[in-house]
This record gives sequence, structure tokens and C-alpha cells, in this order.
Amino acid sequence: MKTHSFIVSAAVAAVVAGTSAASADTLRLLTWGGYAPEEVVAKFEAETGHTVEVTKSNNEEMIAKLRATRGGGFDLAQPSQDRIAGPQAEFGIYKPIDLSKIDASQFIPSMLEATKGNTTVDGEVYGVPHVWGTSGLVVDTAKASSVKDYTDLCNADVAGKVSYRLKRPTLIGFAYSMGLDPFAAYGDEAAYAEIMGKVEDKLIECKANVKTYWGGGDELMGLLRSGEVVASMAWDTGGWKLNADMADITFVAPEAGALGWIDTFVLPAKGKADDAAYAWINFVMQPEVAAMITAAAGNFTASQGADAYADDALKARYQASFPQEAIDNIKWYPPVPAGLEAIEGGVLDRVKAAN
Amino acid sequence: MTPDLECSALTKRFGDTTAVENVSFQVPPGSFFSILGPSGCGKTTIMRMIAGFLEPSEGDIRIKGKSVLNVAPNKRPVNMVFQHLALFPMMNIAENIGYGLRRQGMDKTQIGRKVDEALDRIGLPGIGSRKVDELSGGQKQRVAIARCMVLEPDVLLLDEPLGALDLKLRERMKVELKSLQAAFDTTFVYITHDQSEALVMSDNIAVMNNGQFEQMGSGQDLYYRPESAFVAGFVGDTNRWQGKVTRKEGDAIELVTENGLTLRGATHGRDLSDGQQADVFVRPEAIRIAHDAADLAHFDNRISGRVTSLLFNGAASRILVGSEDGREEIEVNLPQSGEFSSIAKGDAVHIGWASDQGNCFKAGGN
Amino acid sequence: MRTEAKVGLGLLLTPLLLWLSLLIFIPHVDMFIVSLQERIGVGKYQTSLANYLTFFQEPLYLWTFLRTAVMSILATLMTLLIAFPVSYYIAKMVKGRLQSALFLMCLVPFWVSELVRTFGWMILLRETGIFSNLLQFVGLADGPVEMLYNDGAIMLGLVYTSMLFMVVPLVTTLESLPDEVIEAGYDLGGSGLSVLREIIIPHAMPGIVSGCIVVFMLSLGNYLTPTMLGGKESLWFTELIYSQFIVRFNWELGSAFGFMLLILSSAIVWGMLKLTGQSLEKTMG
Repeated sequence: MKTHSFIVSAAVAAVVAGTSAASADTLRLLTWGGYAPEEVVAKFEAETGHTVEVTKSNNEEMIAKLRATRGGGFDLAQPSQDRIAGPQAEFGIYKPIDLSKIDASQFIPSMLEATKGNTTVDGEVYGVPHVWGTSGLVVDTAKASSVKDYTDLCNADVAGKVSYRLKRPTLIGFAYSMGLDPFAAYGDEAAYAEIMGKVEDKLIECKANVKTYWGGGDELMGLLRSGEVVASMAWDTGGWKLNADMADITFVAPEAGALGWIDTFVLPAKGKADDAAYAWINFVMQPEVAAMITAAAGNFTASQGADAYADDALKARYQASFPQEAIDNIKWYPPVPAGLEAIEGGVLDRVKAAN
Repeated sequence: MTPDLECSALTKRFGDTTAVENVSFQVPPGSFFSILGPSGCGKTTIMRMIAGFLEPSEGDIRIKGKSVLNVAPNKRPVNMVFQHLALFPMMNIAENIGYGLRRQGMDKTQIGRKVDEALDRIGLPGIGSRKVDELSGGQKQRVAIARCMVLEPDVLLLDEPLGALDLKLRERMKVELKSLQAAFDTTFVYITHDQSEALVMSDNIAVMNNGQFEQMGSGQDLYYRPESAFVAGFVGDTNRWQGKVTRKEGDAIELVTENGLTLRGATHGRDLSDGQQADVFVRPEAIRIAHDAADLAHFDNRISGRVTSLLFNGAASRILVGSEDGREEIEVNLPQSGEFSSIAKGDAVHIGWASDQGNCFKAGGN
Repeated sequence: MRTEAKVGLGLLLTPLLLWLSLLIFIPHVDMFIVSLQERIGVGKYQTSLANYLTFFQEPLYLWTFLRTAVMSILATLMTLLIAFPVSYYIAKMVKGRLQSALFLMCLVPFWVSELVRTFGWMILLRETGIFSNLLQFVGLADGPVEMLYNDGAIMLGLVYTSMLFMVVPLVTTLESLPDEVIEAGYDLGGSGLSVLREIIIPHAMPGIVSGCIVVFMLSLGNYLTPTMLGGKESLWFTELIYSQFIVRFNWELGSAFGFMLLILSSAIVWGMLKLTGQSLEKTMG
């Protein structure tokens, strides 16, 4: 993989050419929508003198972009913690984090430790936590009261009115809902393939029930708002946002357990503004700033003490969706071993092709 | 005998404009009929009505005595040779000629035979497999005619088919068309704005202007006995003056042009009276030329002047004579005897013509 | 003088050559090399044809390609069937200002991006959309009708997106057919159908072929329309390539798919040309 990947790299090269001339004080941030609100960027720029260029993306595209440039073009990225060790081992697109430059006291200790553990490759830590959340079910409780778990999306009374993504969270969620334990099988390809085989059968059987597989958050919001879809797998924030407008719709933590994710900070291998990157991390982890991000993104952060600043309405929705036993039941994504994607990819392809 | 083609009171209006107004004519079998007129006179409209591409507003079209008004173009026993010939570029020559026969559902061997016959007839045997764009202009012309003639139409329409050819070829094709018509013994209806084409080929010619027929007759009729100022001016070359009638005695009149020249002419029975404005037309070949004024004493129109230019064109040579006062210029044919072969610009000459060669019409027409 | 001219010509050609080599040739070579890599372990690769084997051994991929190709051909034929009368009307039946206006109307949808156009169709076709409500309003349907997320919607989107690329070459070739040639066809006894078959279509053949090639390639390579309008039923070959590159991080297989798309679509176009007795030179010339 030395001389390859020219196509994408040619495209990204243009981006790089445009930015590399700038001073090292420019922080090129590859992140999710809502994680770098304008007011936070403005405050950061005023306080530190660095400038920030934000590129919005998602897990897959972040990794694809960094792979194309072999870790260049950005100074700080925010993939989920389970997508760091695998791609790092495979493509070497990140560089280790110098923990001495991070103010550990601003992090919730348990989350910091868990993330460090999950992102360690060859004894080096590659990620620290930022925003966390869950995915589960968004349900119109008036029209789809029977939907309490992932597999309930296949119930006859909601036929033609449900949606989910054709992506790995759906596979994992269905597996738990079917009484299987996919995370436990991560280390055993054969066992994992067997679990996925069962999930595949279930998803093919369920396909007739599905209106469409949603692709983007906006698309799902539209489907739920119009009433065309009454129950869907989705992120917690999506449900809470809709709940603010339509009281019947809200996020439901599935009986099998919501799937917990943590988006992190990582340093791309060829990042040039490490100091600005560390400055950004320490800046946004301050409780007041973290609360601003929570307000924009709808999800809570790993910042110690930020809860005190969070919006009460959001906290109320969170508590309604997550009683204590639901919180205890959250299934946190472990790092994805390299190679599992191939198994999942085959399953997803076959489900898509099934009639 | 039933005429092959008969149009009666044919009228075509496009919105407010009348393109063809109350036109009637008959074409006897086997004859060559031409409609001659300037562009925009409505002759193409008549042609398209006969072919069936346009519906007449009023009037009737009969072919061999049967009205074709409600017959679609592809069912009419007429065929058309188009201005740009409209050979089918996607087919070879044999396919072009055989197209109509194929449409009639004739079997292949018979089509092949008929196509070969037609190619022989037009003097181009063995070119069946060639492509359209490999032929010369004259060859295409003949193929276009053969393509229609294999269908043995009652009437063949030709829409200025010589227009796109160069002059030399056009002259030759005139003769050739006439002989093709004789060979096929089919009724031809030919439209053109070129009077020489019409005069050379036609048995009968209709001169058309502003949607109406001005005059119908043989070439000689039109040339020597025009019935309107338009025909007199349009058919053949002519000198033309406008003036006021000052005296009238029977057929003979005297008029004075705006430039003060006094001319004598004849009304040939048309209505003209003293004081009216009139046009007088005199053909260049009707004017005699002499070195000595006395030779022209018997003509009642006599003018002396100088040659202002010499238009040498072999047998059709002419001179322009400027009158002595310099106010008029007259076109005169040189006699073919060679008597004036040495005439040159600036020479003094006398010209004269008989008053009955001066065709007079009431002014106002054009 | 001569060498100067040569240098001048070279300079003139440089942008073209750069463009061809940098943006067309080199990326394809690179993609080809990537497609020959087989992953044998974490970060370890070897050269092999394994990715191409995968394409042929996994019925799903072959089936997806076939489905994509068949639907693209269908979309091409439908586009042709709809575009031909439209083009004939524009080229032959109307003149002057109306002609330009109609031609412009075919262009108007292309002033917005494909994404916006596709969203437009989604608004029209969805269950709570305009068509569904209209049908209920006039009493043709009892409840909401879902017209999105099926093959019909994909077809509709593809035909709509491709229309202009069929109309333009057709109008151009039809305009070059003199009216009097068509009239001669009728005059010599042809019916509407036979004139169409023997004169108009043979004349328009280069336009038909070039239009079909463009529309077929556009449909085959379309990503947005099938995925958005097809929803759960889309299953388009470009979607497979996208998911291999972006979702699976499997660039090797994605590149192999890309190459197969290039080879197979070229083969289909070539086969069609042979089948209809056309050549590329005739079509382009």
C-alpha cells in the first residue's frame, strides 16, 4: 500500500495544497456536524489565536479520507473509539497521543480509561473521548406502542412503516435482540460469522416490513415527521429533537440494550498542527464549552462536571429514555477487529439484494 | 378528352394572406405545362396542393377526372420531383428508385427488373449500387425523375428542379427534360421562376403573379401577345417606358414619357384613353438599327443617339443606345447579319421601330 | 520556423495531454494496480486476481451488475421512445421562437443539481407527497399511495435525468434531414410508419446511437438517483463500489468492481454497436 490510492489522494491533494501553505496555527478539524459549533470556534480562536477549519463527515468517510492521504490533510479527527485500533493496525493513519499534553482532570475518569484501553495499539494510546451517546429506537409511542426492542420492528402491526440503516449498528442491535452476543464473538471470526448469518436471515425476513433503509439523519427526520415511518433505529439525539416538537415521538432504549458509542479525538499521522490540536482538546473539554457542544449536538460529553451546565429539558428527555437499568444495559462498542467488516459487508450486501 | 389534371377555382389562404386566388387550369394528357412566376407568387403552393401536402381553402383538384381532395399524398396518382431532388441519402440508387415500388408491395425480382429498365431509360445503366452522393448533379436529376416515373404517375410535378444546377448543366438539362417527357409520355407540371426554362420546355405556360394567373398560353402567345403589363415585363427582355397618352386613333396611340420623349404604340384592343398613364413595352429585337436615318424613314418611332455600351454575347449581342438628349437608354439587339460587327462604344446610330411593336398597357399594374 | 511551429503545437497540446494523463490515464492505471492487490493479513497485501475472482464467484455481485445493466438498457430504450417524438416535434413540427422555447424547456431541469432534481421527485412520489394526495383528492385512491422506493421510481428518475442527453443528438440529426426528403417519402407512396422506418430512423441513426450510448453510460454510472429513489430496493452497481470504498475500506475490491464496470459497459456498448450495424466513427462523425 505504498504507491496506491492515487485517485482519492489526487482529489484530496487539492485540499491539502490549499491548506498546507497556511501556518501551523491553522487547525484542520475533521469532525461530525454539531461537534464544533461556530460560537465555540469563535471563542477558541479569540482565546488562542489559532484558526479552525471544520470539515463535517462521518466515521466511514473520515477513515476513507485519512486513508487516501495516509493520514494527511487534517490535524485532528473524531472517529468513534471502536474504529481506531483496527484502521490504525491496517493503514497506520493515526499518531499516538501524548497524554502529558492533555488535561486529564477535565475528563470523566471511567470514560477516559475505557477509551484509552480501546484505542491502544502496540502499547501506544491513540484516542481520548469527547462526545458519547447511544443508538436505539425512535418510536411514535401513539402509533407503534408494540415496538420495544430492535426485532419488534418486524412486527406485523407496523408493517411498511418502519426503517433502519443498512449498517453495522443494525446488525449488532438485531443480534442482541435475538439473544445473541456479537461483541463477545468479536475475537472469533467463525462464531461471529455464525451470529451474522442468523441476523442476515432475520433481516431478510423483515425486509418486507421496512419502508426504506435510511441513509442520512435528515432523511430519517423527514420520514418520522411526516408519519410515513412510526418506528426506526436511530440515535438518541434524533428522538429527543423530534420529541421537542412532537410529544408522541421519542427515543426508546431497547430491551436488549441501547448501543453505546464514544466519539474521540485522534491525531492523523501527518497532522501538522499538534499544538493547536491539543489546545482544542483541552479547550472543548472545559465544562462550560462542553455544555455548548452538548446544546448543539444534543449528546453529552466526557467532560467532568459539564452536566451542571446542560439544558434541563435535554436532561429530562435523557432521564425519561434512560432509567438506571437501561443505562446499566448499554452495550458499549468494543474496538472492531480488522476483518470483521468483510463479514458484515457480505451480510449487508445480501440483505440489500434479497427480495 | 379528359384532362390529366384540372384545377378549378383553386384558392389557398394562410390566415389573412391569400397565397393562391381563384386559379383554374387544365393540363391535357402528355403535355408539358409550366407555371412561371417570381418567387413568392404562390406557384409552390399550387404544386403542394396538387401533391397533397396542403389542403386547398376552396376549389377542386381533379386528376383524370377524379377529385383528389380527400386523398392522402401517398395515395395520389401524382409524384413530385423536389427542388433539391430529395433523394434518400440512406439508400443506394436502386433502392431509391425501387422505394415506391416496394411501398406498392411489388415482389423483389419485379422491382429489380423495373429499376434496371428505368436506369436504362435515363441512360445510366448499372449505377444501381452506387451511393447518392457519388453521382453528379445531372445524374441525380435523372435518378429523381426515374424514381417517380417507375410508379407511372398520371402527372409528374417538378418543383424548380434545375435551380441547384450550374448554368451549363441547366441548359443541357432543359433539353433532356423535354426529351424525357416525350420518352415517358407523361404529363409534366413544372414550376419555375426562370422564363427561359418555361419557354424552352413547355407546351403551355401559365404566368403567375400575386396568387393569380396573369395569362395562360403557349410560349409564343406570352412572348408576342402579352395580355398584361406584368407578362410583357416578366417574359423575355424588354424596354419599358411610362408616359401619358396624348392622342388615340383606333389602336394607335401616342404618349409622352416623363422625360419628354414622344413614343407611338398600339393598344392591341385594350382599353386606354387620352390623358391616362400608360406603360409601353418594346422588345430589343423589334428595334432596327441603321447608320443612316433615312433607312428608318418607314418607322414611326425614330431616335438618334450614341452607343453607350456594347453587350457582346455572340448571336445574342446587344447595345445600349443613349438618346441624343441623354435622357433615355434603349436596349437594342444587334442584327445577326454581322452588319454591325464593328460597332463600338460612342458610335452615332439611328434606331427605329414600328408603332405596333410598342405594346401599351394601362399603368397601375406592374 | 518549423521547429518553432512544433514547439507551439506542443505547447498547445500540453494542457490536453496533461488532462488526459493526469485525470484519465494515471488514475486508471493506479486503480488497476490497486485492484490487483489481495489482502492476506493486517496491512499485508500480495498481487493476485483474487478481487476479480470474487466478482465472478459471488453471484450477488454478478447479479447486481446484470440488474444494473438490464435496467440501464431499459431506461435507455424508454428514454429513446419518449425523446424521439419530442425531438421530432422540436426539430420538424415547430419553427422559430417556439422551437427554441421548447428546446430550452428540455434544458431547464438541468439548471439545478441532480440532487435537487431527485429530491423534487421524492417530494412528488412519497407517501405523503403530492401525487399521493392528488390521487386521494380525486378519489382514485382510498389511502396514501407509496410510489417511492421501487424499480419504477428508479426508472422514472433515470429517464428524467437522461432525457436531455437523448434529445440533443436527436434534434441535431433530425434537423439535418430536409423536410422535402420526408415529403418525398410520402409522395412516393410511403405511409407514416414506412417513412419513419425507412427514412427518418435510418437518417437519425447516428443520433440515436450516440444518444443511447450516453444515456446508457450515464444510467449505469448513476449513483444518486437509484439509491435515493430506489431506497431499500435500489441495488445498483455503483452503490456496491461506493460501499466497498467508503464503508468496507476495501479499496482493492472496489477498484476491481470499478474496472469490471468499465470493461463490461464498454463490452455492452460495443456489442450493441455491432448488433445495430453501427460504428463509433459513423456515430461521432
